[in-house]
Amino acid sequence: MRIAPVLKPAAALLTGLALGLLATALAGESPLHVLGVLVRGAFGSRYDLGMTLFYMTPLLFTGLSVSVAFRAGLFNIGAEGQLSLGALAMTWAAFTFPSIPAPLSWAVSMLAGATVAGAWAGIAGWLKARRGSHEVISTIMLNFIAAGLASYAVLNPFKNPETQNPETLAVGASHILPALPGFGDAPVSAALLIGLLMACWLGWLFQHTRWGFELQTVGENENAARMAGIPVERVQIMAMVVAGALASGVGLGEVLGSAHRYKLGFSPDYGFVGIAVALLARGNPFGVIASAFLFGALHKGTTDLDLETEHVTRDLALVIQALIIGAVAAEGLWARLGERLSSRLRSLKGRGGGG
Amino acid sequence: MSDLIGILESSLRIASPLIFAAMGGLLCERSGVIQIGLEGLMIVGGFAAAVGALQTGSAAAGLAAAALAGVVFGYVYAELSVRFRANQIVAGTGMNFLAMGLVPFLSKVLYENTGTTPSLPLEQRLSWHWAVVLALGIVAGVAWMIRSTPVGLWIRFAGEHPAALESAGISPRRVRMRSVIAGSALAAMGGAVLSIGLASAYSRNMVAGRGFMALTALIFGKWRAWPALGACLLFGLAEGLQVRFQSGAIPVQLMQVLPYALTLVVLAGFVGRARAPQALGRQD
Repeated sequence: MRIAPVLKPAAALLTGLALGLLATALAGESPLHVLGVLVRGAFGSRYDLGMTLFYMTPLLFTGLSVSVAFRAGLFNIGAEGQLSLGALAMTWAAFTFPSIPAPLSWAVSMLAGATVAGAWAGIAGWLKARRGSHEVISTIMLNFIAAGLASYAVLNPFKNPETQNPETLAVGASHILPALPGFGDAPVSAALLIGLLMACWLGWLFQHTRWGFELQTVGENENAARMAGIPVERVQIMAMVVAGALASGVGLGEVLGSAHRYKLGFSPDYGFVGIAVALLARGNPFGVIASAFLFGALHKGTTDLDLETEHVTRDLALVIQALIIGAVAAEGLWARLGERLSSRLRSLKGRGGGG
Repeated sequence: MSDLIGILESSLRIASPLIFAAMGGLLCERSGVIQIGLEGLMIVGGFAAAVGALQTGSAAAGLAAAALAGVVFGYVYAELSVRFRANQIVAGTGMNFLAMGLVPFLSKVLYENTGTTPSLPLEQRLSWHWAVVLALGIVAGVAWMIRSTPVGLWIRFAGEHPAALESAGISPRRVRMRSVIAGSALAAMGGAVLSIGLASAYSRNMVAGRGFMALTALIFGKWRAWPALGACLLFGLAEGLQVRFQSGAIPVQLMQVLPYALTLVVLAGFVGRARAPQALGRQD
């Protein structure tokens, strides 16, 4: 295995974590104590590890979603909207057809979610390919529209009449995904396995199929791809559709695996954190597995900060995420540091030779 | 009649923070730098204004504190996206995360909670009449500067033909750095209007997507100052109407969606052509 592709993300991760922990010193905490809480919170017991895996599950799907679009040179800022409509459609299928037996029921609810979220993301793909609208702006718009539609649906036609909470009816029992054994009460479910499978499958598709090749060519050089006879517009639209379908997978863990209903506002920006996940993984599906795990651990570890420290709260997760993104994003900074280092080495050598 | 005036007044109030942020976004984007960090800038600005006003007892100082926070954030973003050529969407997303995490972090350090800053007495708040006047003045100023001053010309060239600007001996990157910093200060002041103008404190989730709404207004206004002002007022009106007609025939959630749906239609070029600055997001 080559080291270089792992080196930069690892450096970015360590930089982000170190700066974030240093900031806690300013707040009057011992960074080591905070680090201890993070590690214990994320991995301290089987239950904690289970919670880390539970938070990893949605990030796996949104990370893959952003990665697929990224591969085709598109920025999917819209995973948040896609996941909310996808999970909603999944929930709808799961409470409307409660009598479908088990393996088939999962296929039906998954398909419902993937279709709706895929079509939703496809709008942005179509606008980009056919009308030239920037996908970042259109997906931001689609996020807000999706949020409005979801809250309308949850508060009106899909409302659970038995509660005051903004949530839908409960899903049919046969649609519920089994919990993974060995993690105590942590709601980590088979959705995690589906996500891991998806990541491996995508990784294989990227490397070994025509579709993977087309995605990459379009992403790297649109004009060259067009010249080579690749239907650029169709590839872009398909990339967004697949990205949307992947985002709907968040519903598997959150709805079918744990809450068993759609609760309004269940996602703490999983779609946006997915951008960080994909970025750290550099769009590589296998990398997404590792990076989703790390961000899941960060999410779980920081939730314990509220109770176990005096001055720091779970919001530290956002700061660390931002620092990691900044460190990954500032490619120029790394390049410049590298240049400076190598020129210093050269000058040292030069001086050594001269003297 | 008084009902109508009431609705117009409330739309103007709601629009005023958006106007600041949209003009800030305009300065960044016309110079060629995508600014999806308006949300984060409004968050830090809102918080900094509340802190500044609390510390000094003056609303003007609060507004200045917000502008200063915007300058600092804008500087970091400009360094990342202009000097270090980071992808602007990525860097902007990072800045939003940073604001969302840093503000509760500081709030906990200063006030022992992550929710709401201590409440300001009425006389230390920014009068919203002033906020509206200031907002309109800024629109006029930005429109005039972009259209009729040398600096405005540089900004337009940095956003459209950076190579031409370069050959005239002016560094497009320097123009962009300054545009982004100035624009970020304006956007942060939009957050200040929200926290110490329309409310009496900064509270968590107060910005709630308004930064993105300002970006939407900017695009709806096709990256021009007066049309963007029109879009802000229109969005303010839509929100004002929602508050009035909570139990109307059209569900509230669908009304909320309207500005974004309209912008999507405009963006797709179905209503005239929304042309972004040519060099927007490019690294040259």
